[in-house]
Amino acid sequence: MSTAFRQYFELCGSLLYWLFVAPFRGKGWRLGHTFAQIIRIGVHAVPMSALTALTIGVVLAMQSAAQLAKLGATAFVPGLVSSSLIRELAPLVTAVIVIGRSGSSVTAELGTMKVSEEIEALEVMAIPPMSWLIVPRFLAMVLMLPLLTVFSIYVGLAGGWLIGHFSLHMSTAFFVNHALQYVELRDIGIGLLKSGVFGVLIVTIACSIGLNVSGGAEGVGLATTRSVVVSLLSVFIANALLTALFFF
Amino acid sequence: MPDATPELTVREPIIEVDSLVRHFGSQTVLNGVSFKVYAGDTFVIMGGSGCGKSTLLRHLIGTEKPSSGSIKIFGQEITTMNADARQKLRGRYGMLFQSGALLQSLSVAENVALPLNEHTQLDAGLIDTVVKMKLEQVGLTGHGHKKPSEISGGMKKRAALARALALDPPLVFSDEPTAGLDPIMTAVVDELTQRLTQKIGATVVVVTHDMNSVFRIGTRIIMLGTGANQGKIIASGTPAEIRAHPHPAVQQFINGDPQGHDGDDSGEVLYRETLLGINDTGQYSRSAIHSSKP
Repeated sequence: MSTAFRQYFELCGSLLYWLFVAPFRGKGWRLGHTFAQIIRIGVHAVPMSALTALTIGVVLAMQSAAQLAKLGATAFVPGLVSSSLIRELAPLVTAVIVIGRSGSSVTAELGTMKVSEEIEALEVMAIPPMSWLIVPRFLAMVLMLPLLTVFSIYVGLAGGWLIGHFSLHMSTAFFVNHALQYVELRDIGIGLLKSGVFGVLIVTIACSIGLNVSGGAEGVGLATTRSVVVSLLSVFIANALLTALFFF
Repeated sequence: MPDATPELTVREPIIEVDSLVRHFGSQTVLNGVSFKVYAGDTFVIMGGSGCGKSTLLRHLIGTEKPSSGSIKIFGQEITTMNADARQKLRGRYGMLFQSGALLQSLSVAENVALPLNEHTQLDAGLIDTVVKMKLEQVGLTGHGHKKPSEISGGMKKRAALARALALDPPLVFSDEPTAGLDPIMTAVVDELTQRLTQKIGATVVVVTHDMNSVFRIGTRIIMLGTGANQGKIIASGTPAEIRAHPHPAVQQFINGDPQGHDGDDSGEVLYRETLLGINDTGQYSRSAIHSSKP
């Protein structure tokens, strides 16, 4: 356990150097590689994020409508959907999707490269693996997870609107007005901050575990499982801490 | 401690290894290894499985740190140098890994072009020409567009050799360059290695246990021991000196004899019994499987 922590913090220290110091020493970010990762981590996750967010928006609206109808307060459905999505569900669910899709993929890819000596080959060719592999994945994750979260918020609200409009007979203007009424700019900022923190956690955990794989194919499998489990736990704990910090 | 250094030489040592020790936990894998490699040498490191030859190579390329001892490459101490200095030094040597270690996400040609793209200012057209030349040298013309997963193990190794030679480095490390190759391709790789030293003047360090290659390309040879001599140099010299070396483990290794000495000076040990658990009568000896000294 202590070795894993040491490896994790070593990676974070090295990452800070390659992100903020190396570019001023002539070793800039590899934008081509970063763009490729943006496509893999972000763009390819759009359909799954959309479907998940849509179903969550629909379910939130249906569940809240069922309860609020008893009080004759279905007008609060848009606000409940929007505040739940923006503050909590969109950042968390998007992070969970990205852990499953991309965190696991990053660990498996780096782990396979490690056991097949590709990372050692990069080092020997004087191509720093941090610059070639890690920084592009970090930048892509930290940029794309908040963007995917914003996208999920919109799609989730659209799901809530489907129920509000077709089942609760709300006009679009009514739904939008009430959805926005209960949301402050601060909530959106905190939601994005959460997703940024989640992105940092997911990619650093995935990279640290992937770069330290040993034991061949079995090692890669175990590392991928560990990466997903540790990332999920870290994100859930960070979510609770950030919620406690900003909303209470 | 035997030393591969000739008594009288005017050549500069490219690599100087002094009293190199490496422990993994309680196990000593390299035990006081010292040698020098001179410019233009094809320096062969040979030895049985588990003797530490690949570990030694990893220390030479700077991906492993020794427990103690010194390694100088081009006169620079690599065991204590900082990351920037190591990066600069690595630009001066190429490495052929045992598995090839081609980047799976790139095509064969992109793999060979990688060092050129990273470390030179050549334009794309010139890099393309150099890549085609390098692939032609290793018999892979027309395979540049393929991914490593689409070519055979031997082709991967040759592509990796082309990548290692892309920058025409003055020093090339090679880990089992002919393992898994057919006899013709083994000869091609050996010829390429010879051409490197004889025509380009490069220095080559090869880890191998292919005895044909050892004597075909080696100009200086060291052999690492196993058993009680684990991680120690038990023989060093020219190919002729190694062929005539009196150490029974060397002779056994050269002749590929399953029965003989395991490198332990404390007494004769049946090598096949130690490793395979087979006794003199040809029966499997269960106790021998669990003990290195039956």
